[in-house]
Amino acid sequence: MAKQVLVACGTGIATSTVVNDAIETMCKENNIDANVIQCKVSDIPSYEETADLLVTTTIVKKDYPFPVITARSFLTGMGLDETKQEILDALKK
Amino acid sequence: MSAIYIAESLIMQNMKAESKEDVLNQMAQNLYDQGFVKKSYIQAVIDREHIHATGLPTKGPSVAIPHTDKEHVHRKTLSLGILEQPVDFGVMGEAEATTPVEVVFMLAMDSEDSQLSLLQELMAIFQDEEKLNFFNSEPSKVKLVEALNTYLQGDDS
Repeated sequence: MAKQVLVACGTGIATSTVVNDAIETMCKENNIDANVIQCKVSDIPSYEETADLLVTTTIVKKDYPFPVITARSFLTGMGLDETKQEILDALKK
Repeated sequence: MSAIYIAESLIMQNMKAESKEDVLNQMAQNLYDQGFVKKSYIQAVIDREHIHATGLPTKGPSVAIPHTDKEHVHRKTLSLGILEQPVDFGVMGEAEATTPVEVVFMLAMDSEDSQLSLLQELMAIFQDEEKLNFFNSEPSKVKLVEALNTYLQGDDS
């Protein structure tokens, strides 16, 4: 079954679009069947039952039933390889 | 769509500021004085920074990309602030962490599409230590504007 990945930023537009594209490319390269959903932070609760992973550029409350990964490195390149590995590890589980 | 217009009057060098609010207020007030944003932009950009911090540690000087919603903007542009002394900003996506910011790119965007393409172009600068050091140290406003126009097309297409 496809993994559901949420990508969220404060407005659901700018930073999350950048991260969204990067994750879709990454999943294809690694043959991971993923459904990447771009949303606002305020939309996250409606995916609480179905999401496998949340990648975000802003602060969210951390008590979701799925892993939360900070995606700042997609913007600055600092620690990007580590972040990508973290995402892959979370999706391969 | 038109390319982004960056005026020399929006390049603020040797900025002296006590706090991030002070930095944001000075830069936003200047954008308002030059007619690029509505008065409401000033408070909106400060409020947004409190909720969604925009500080970004890089391999070179730390940067911040304060911005807010398009309804506060008259004409899309970008203001560059170079701080004389670093000022702590919250780190994007972190609850507590701060980073000593030296270069501030304040965005005044009039559409979601232009914000996205500009952000992608800025990211290329943030990932290049040499370019960031240039912005942090170049004394000539003319050269700074030239560089911004070269790196940032601000194009929606």
